Amino acid sequence: MSQATDTETVQEDGVIDSVSGPVVTATDLDARMNDVVYVGDEGLMGEVIEIEGNVTTIQVYEETSGVGPGEPVENTGDPLSVDLGPGMLDSIYDGVQRPLDALEEKMGSAFLDRGVDAPGIDLEETWEFEPKVDEGDIVEPGDVVGVVPETVTIEHKVMVPPDSEGGEVVAVESGEFTVEETVVELDTGEGISMHQEWPVRTARPAAEKRTPTEPLVTGQRIQDGLFPLAKGGTAAIPGPFGSGKTVTQQQLAKWSDADIVVYIGCGERGNEMTEVIEDFPELPDPQTGNPLMARTCLIANTSNMPVAARESCIYTGITIAEYYRDMGYDVALMADSTSRWAEAMREISSRLEEMPGEEGYPAYLAARLAEFYERAGRFELQNGGEGSISVVGAVSPPGGDFSEPVTQNTLRIVKTFWALDADLAERRHFPAINWDESYSLYRGQLDPWFTDNVAGDWPDIRQWAVDTLDEEAELQEIVQLVGKDALPEDQQLTLEVARYLREAWLQQNALHDVDTYCEPEKTYQMLGAIKTFNDEAFEALDAGVPVDEIQGVDAAPRLNRMGTAEEYDEFIDEIEADLAEQLRGLY
Amino acid sequence: MKEYQTITEVSGPLVFAEVDEAVGYDEMVEIETPAGETLRGQVLESSEGLVAIQVFEGTEGIDRNASVRFLGETMKMPVTEDLLGRVLDGSGNPIDGGPEIVPDERQDIVGEAINPYSREYPEAFIQTGVSGIDGMNTLVRGQKLPIFSGSGLPHNDLALQIARQASVPEEDEESDDGDDDGSEFAVIFGAMGITQEEANEFMEDFERTGALERSVVFMNLADDPAVERTVTPRLALTTAEYLAFEKDYHVLVILTDMTNYCEALREIGAAREEVPGRRGYPGYMYTDLAQLYERAGRIEGQEGSVTQIPILTMPSDDITHPIPDLTGYITEGQIIVDRSLNSQGVEPPIDVLPSLSRLMDDGIGEGLTRGDHGDVSDQLYAAYAEGEDLRDLVNIVGREALSERDNKYLDFAERFEAEFIQQGFDTNRTIEETLGVGWKLLSMLPKSELNRVDEEFIDQYYIEDESETVEASAD
Repeated sequence: MSQATDTETVQEDGVIDSVSGPVVTATDLDARMNDVVYVGDEGLMGEVIEIEGNVTTIQVYEETSGVGPGEPVENTGDPLSVDLGPGMLDSIYDGVQRPLDALEEKMGSAFLDRGVDAPGIDLEETWEFEPKVDEGDIVEPGDVVGVVPETVTIEHKVMVPPDSEGGEVVAVESGEFTVEETVVELDTGEGISMHQEWPVRTARPAAEKRTPTEPLVTGQRIQDGLFPLAKGGTAAIPGPFGSGKTVTQQQLAKWSDADIVVYIGCGERGNEMTEVIEDFPELPDPQTGNPLMARTCLIANTSNMPVAARESCIYTGITIAEYYRDMGYDVALMADSTSRWAEAMREISSRLEEMPGEEGYPAYLAARLAEFYERAGRFELQNGGEGSISVVGAVSPPGGDFSEPVTQNTLRIVKTFWALDADLAERRHFPAINWDESYSLYRGQLDPWFTDNVAGDWPDIRQWAVDTLDEEAELQEIVQLVGKDALPEDQQLTLEVARYLREAWLQQNALHDVDTYCEPEKTYQMLGAIKTFNDEAFEALDAGVPVDEIQGVDAAPRLNRMGTAEEYDEFIDEIEADLAEQLRGLY
Repeated sequence: MKEYQTITEVSGPLVFAEVDEAVGYDEMVEIETPAGETLRGQVLESSEGLVAIQVFEGTEGIDRNASVRFLGETMKMPVTEDLLGRVLDGSGNPIDGGPEIVPDERQDIVGEAINPYSREYPEAFIQTGVSGIDGMNTLVRGQKLPIFSGSGLPHNDLALQIARQASVPEEDEESDDGDDDGSEFAVIFGAMGITQEEANEFMEDFERTGALERSVVFMNLADDPAVERTVTPRLALTTAEYLAFEKDYHVLVILTDMTNYCEALREIGAAREEVPGRRGYPGYMYTDLAQLYERAGRIEGQEGSVTQIPILTMPSDDITHPIPDLTGYITEGQIIVDRSLNSQGVEPPIDVLPSLSRLMDDGIGEGLTRGDHGDVSDQLYAAYAEGEDLRDLVNIVGREALSERDNKYLDFAERFEAEFIQQGFDTNRTIEETLGVGWKLLSMLPKSELNRVDEEFIDQYYIEDESETVEASAD
């Protein structure tokens, strides 16, 4: 969280009038909407969310036990803002951008105490600043004035703040500086440092939003192969508990080919966040081989941390994402889970005694969700460059019922829908993405990329897979009634092919060292091998070979081992050759 | 300390009183009735001049002349290692006739969130001796794994079995010197709104097996005040955290029945005229439950751990009901007790298919349990799921119409229930034994069907003649 630095404006203190959970009202407080205030003797951080006459309503980001009327409220005069600058990557924050490692140190305890604040970026650490402008250059908002090696993977770009007027560079520094020291001075007298602040509820400006044309390659077969997400696109992953939302999100955070990953654990389990904190520094980034943490910023507001900070963590995350987008990076933001965020809104709203909308959610739920997802996209930046933010939001519908308001309002906005299915999860078919219900509206606009970069017949072979799975779904209904053996032979064979599609191709083992990441080329080749089996098998069937014998060829079950094969090229070639040989040998 | 005789309203479990000083949110309150009885309560809402108080013991006997004292502090639990072996009521007062408790410390019962950065990821196996859990949904130290059950099902027997048998493998080695039970394992038992009869069963079992020595029992019975139920689990968890993080115990917390806890929340919400959420439960129930369930875990650099097994009865066995639903979203899996298995006499009647332990993958395998554990469990799942599916089909077309392969899967499902899940509430199976039964069952299937098991393990553990003997007996 950003520390208020301008102390010259004298702020009138208010007095607490009432306390009810995270909602506190104060009188005589001179504050604007969304100003950050410090509440009570302990100075708990809060935000102004309603002003009515002399009474100001505040949501407090910390536990309010023991806080009582009469205690003071101090206004900082600033809206809830984040500190932006080098040092955000490789960090783990709470919902209001307090670094959790710094909190542990300051509190001297593993438990989160109250009333302790810490700046979002280390104000004392020095960074090696390398200027990219010379004296006499004219710079405008968004222009890059220098770079800092932030992590082994990422070069942090120091930019002219969006709200600056720009001007002519009159002095340039080079060398080691803290984030608050001026590194570039303009003729307007403005000093540019490596540190910016930005209010989280306002989107950072960009020149223009463009249509996404490149996929966010996830390394997950069902996602890349059937339901791709674009860089700059939006996706939702709804599913009941136990269907693998978090694993799916983590897989994306680990393997997607974004430059930067912002991972928001919103109202989820503490142990899950710990897993991320322990795993990510160990895992290599698939593109660079450097530790994954070097490109990752984590925001953790676990379910037992204060509810108001849960409401803000989504905004904190997307603002950090926008900042890296402004540097020209492709950012992927994972929010797990947006339902917890919506519920936090509901909780605050009901404490304010607002008129509830559907299922008790506030009437502005749809607007807030839309606002959030709209901050995703592929943008032309202020400085003329290009950057993108892809947003993947998990949704946790109560009882797994997709007709509830959060899922429905999310579906109206996002263009990729990965529906998780409890049935599949129960069968340990992972990722448990239901191929009948899921969709991606980006398929068409991404096809040119796939045909150019992977294979010319990508759209065709994908369509074949979709058709086969559809046909299987229809046949399964009949099988449920009469049993598989009552079907004609060609349909039995289709079922067999579809089974390989499901088990060998759609299933992917996130825990297996090799299978956990599948590059698009491999996804394509694996599908190709199943298609080969299909074609050869139907040839054989036409030539009069009984379906039992076709199913019995010993090369076919080897299709199941394709995913875990390291040298997949040879392995798949060999299967294809064996399949052809063995099946042709039958007639 | 100021006393007020300013009660303006009494409504359900709530009392409203006028005050002229600042009273903190969540502060403790004592109310003395004209009859001389002292009731305890907690501040629910505090505003200038007026406070709302929820009274734990119920508001009976309070009138407008009752006097109200604010204690100036939030609720605290007196904690000490001497609590082990004691039985307390739902507010933490001893009811076993034992000596007064002399606390080492008094700790705030609300508890603070563990900094996710300071946590240590749970990956140490706890052996419960129940195959359906150890083999298929492994419990690990620091996990919160609830039991979802229904009215009339033997979830209490299962909970007792776990409490009795739970052990940490490495600890067994240490206690080889003849010590009967690992001294480092403690059980905290928090009962909310259970009947006297159930309470007796628990206590008898605890005393019979000697488990009481390493336990702390909190009893809020069905006829105790409902509001007290919102405090009981917090007292239990505060005690657990103290024993785990200051005294290095591995603490297993069993909370039963969370459904009664949630009912109490709803009752208070209704009395406060709050806007209700789904099915009348308060909108903050997720946050409230999370504040309980998240008090499980391990902390880096600390020996002890808190593992939670909350038990809840799903109203009309409906897993989409808000209580199991919200619980499932917070906890790390669930163990489901199934009515039809129970009526078949399977003990414990755990339905493994919808059950899940999210932390299992990291807590099993080479060095923790056994290298083949993961593969065996996956394969058992897949085979049992397939057998279950076929049962529907058999009902329509009959067993004769099925292929030989399908029949094998049907047999497998039968024996899986009869031999793997069924073990009786008194049998304690080691993980080796559990996996042994698993392999015995898997060996009914031809090797080529075991596509989830590494070939190396098949060579090592597959029992060659098992499939033939089964075929022979089927003829």
